[in-house]
Amino acid sequence: MDFLTFVQLLDSTVRLATPLLLACLAGLFSERAGIFDIGLEGKMLAAAFFSAAIAALSGSVWLGLLAGIASSMVFSLLHGVASITFRGNQLISGVAINFLAAGLTVLIAQDWFSQGGRTPSLMGGARFEPITLPFAESLGAIPIFGPIYRELISGHSILVYVAFAMVPLTWWILFRTRFGLRLRAVGENPAAVDTAGVSVVGLRYAAVIICGVLCGLAGAYLSTALQAGFVKDMSAGRGFIALAALIFAKWRPWYALYATLLFGLFGALETRPDVIEALFGIRVQGALLGALPYVMTVIILAGFVGKAIPPRAGGEPYVKER
Amino acid sequence: MDVMPKWAEVILVPLISLVLAAVLSAIVILAIGEDPVEAVNLMVTGALGSTYGWGYTLYYATNFLFTGLAVSVAFHAGLFNIGGEGQAMLGGLGVALACLFIPWPHWTLALLGASVAAALFGAAWAAIPAFLQAKRGSHIVITTIMFNFIGAAVLNYVLVNLMRPPGSMDPATARFPEVTHLPTLHDILLPLGISFSRSAPANVTFVIALLACVLVWFLLWRTWLGYEIRSYGKSEPGAKYAGISPVVITMIAMLISGALAGLMAINNVMGEAERLVLNAVEGAGFIGIAVALMGRSHPFGVLLAAILFGFLYQGGAELALWTSIPRELIVVIQALVILFTGALDNMVRMPLERLFLMLRRREA
Repeated sequence: MDFLTFVQLLDSTVRLATPLLLACLAGLFSERAGIFDIGLEGKMLAAAFFSAAIAALSGSVWLGLLAGIASSMVFSLLHGVASITFRGNQLISGVAINFLAAGLTVLIAQDWFSQGGRTPSLMGGARFEPITLPFAESLGAIPIFGPIYRELISGHSILVYVAFAMVPLTWWILFRTRFGLRLRAVGENPAAVDTAGVSVVGLRYAAVIICGVLCGLAGAYLSTALQAGFVKDMSAGRGFIALAALIFAKWRPWYALYATLLFGLFGALETRPDVIEALFGIRVQGALLGALPYVMTVIILAGFVGKAIPPRAGGEPYVKER
Repeated sequence: MDVMPKWAEVILVPLISLVLAAVLSAIVILAIGEDPVEAVNLMVTGALGSTYGWGYTLYYATNFLFTGLAVSVAFHAGLFNIGGEGQAMLGGLGVALACLFIPWPHWTLALLGASVAAALFGAAWAAIPAFLQAKRGSHIVITTIMFNFIGAAVLNYVLVNLMRPPGSMDPATARFPEVTHLPTLHDILLPLGISFSRSAPANVTFVIALLACVLVWFLLWRTWLGYEIRSYGKSEPGAKYAGISPVVITMIAMLISGALAGLMAINNVMGEAERLVLNAVEGAGFIGIAVALMGRSHPFGVLLAAILFGFLYQGGAELALWTSIPRELIVVIQALVILFTGALDNMVRMPLERLFLMLRRREA
């Protein structure tokens, strides 16, 4: 395997890791505040559809992005109403949201576009185009650094850079601001936060809304940057892989980056069986490689390799008086 | 003291949730420019208007009965088994192995053998998440989700690489031998003088599902084990204090749950397809969640909910055939049912409780 193939492999790793990273950080905010969210998948799917649909209708990808974020936030709020206001089961609410998104997207797509549950292909301004960073061509001639800069760092859509910038930002919000401290506290011991006179409900709604925004970005990336248009069930389990990455990362932002890059690499390798064969001399089934994130997550969950401990109040509705 | 009388809890709350889901579904149908009344008419004639429709309704209901019971048993132990899908997939593998590699003399024996294989494979697929929950405290919801994906990958591998007949491009096993074919309701009802549609897939498995329903009821409410499962689900510290082992109960409840989900395969794999295909379960494992919630985890309630969802499924297929409403409408209805009967339960319950409290005060 030559150097350029290697860089290209890393390049597609970055592309595939981006939606996982955004969804993973979305789950991070929600779960750190004590709201389990297995509805990441559904929110991503809804956002993917609405951003592609609005982009196709208006011709502007930015309007599409806004629509995607808005739709994902609506689902987030639904999750919030069910699990914060009505103290329902957060897991069941997440399952419902996944199905609601899976059904509604196809239903509306069929009604609007009559193309068997897909949107028309996006072209021109209706898509996020790759951004060429300055000097990408002129520096490309430098050995080692040149190809890395030109192929790997430059030439992604704006959302990829946003996703990577979200990692330090999330870390800063969670660990260096008052809001972050309170958000983490509400996921560990909501009663203490309540005693301090801070609204548990308010904090949890804030977390859920941030989760919606990030899932919206992830979904919009899927349909307007990674691919050109929405197809039925296009999130294809990515929300669950993000969930797995979240556990793998033990609910920490920087680890989330590493976990999603690792799972992105598996995804990239899945499409390049020739690379694996060249590296290890064995043919690995794509399907089995695709299952690797799930297997690794189960092993981590089992606590054989460093135990993953979730936020303590996760999944439990907060009741002020008993 | 309970605020609400029992009948309100058991009948009124699910009924109101169902009405809410139905109203929202009607709004969805209106929004896409179709007539909800006409849609319901089409669904009723399509699913219940002929023995052909009934044959499909009952076929789907059989699937949902098994997966619904599976989710219910786990619910009673306070566990949320979201892995019915994967367990049913692996159950299908068990059925395929039993049917293809054992020379059965008669379909009754084949059915018995395949049932055992399906239950074993399903239970085995639930065993690892159960063990991890019981021994290592890994959250069972996450592990069972992961096992759904792992199961799909395993099945994909097995079908593409190991069990595909040579020369075939289709990722599926060979057809099962003639002797393992199960009698359909047509074959069963003909000697009784009832003519039932020949082409509908409902088969003898429906009877087995009903039997499973009664057995689950007996297990949960008439045996020691069932009592222990239910008390563990109600209060873990209480059950521990009474000397009930959390590890044993978690394992047993999940093994029963996985076996029930796996048993679904004798209906769809052995009874209908008569070979194992890639996506044989078609989401029935997830519908089990809606069915269990709707049926309040009681086997009798699950039976009614399974038939309701069977009707929705067949009716939805008819709708997709005759109107421009896609099949995904059923997914939306399913989501709304899960939402209202599961997550937004308190939204329905709180005003009702207030109402009953008011009535009681007036009496006093």
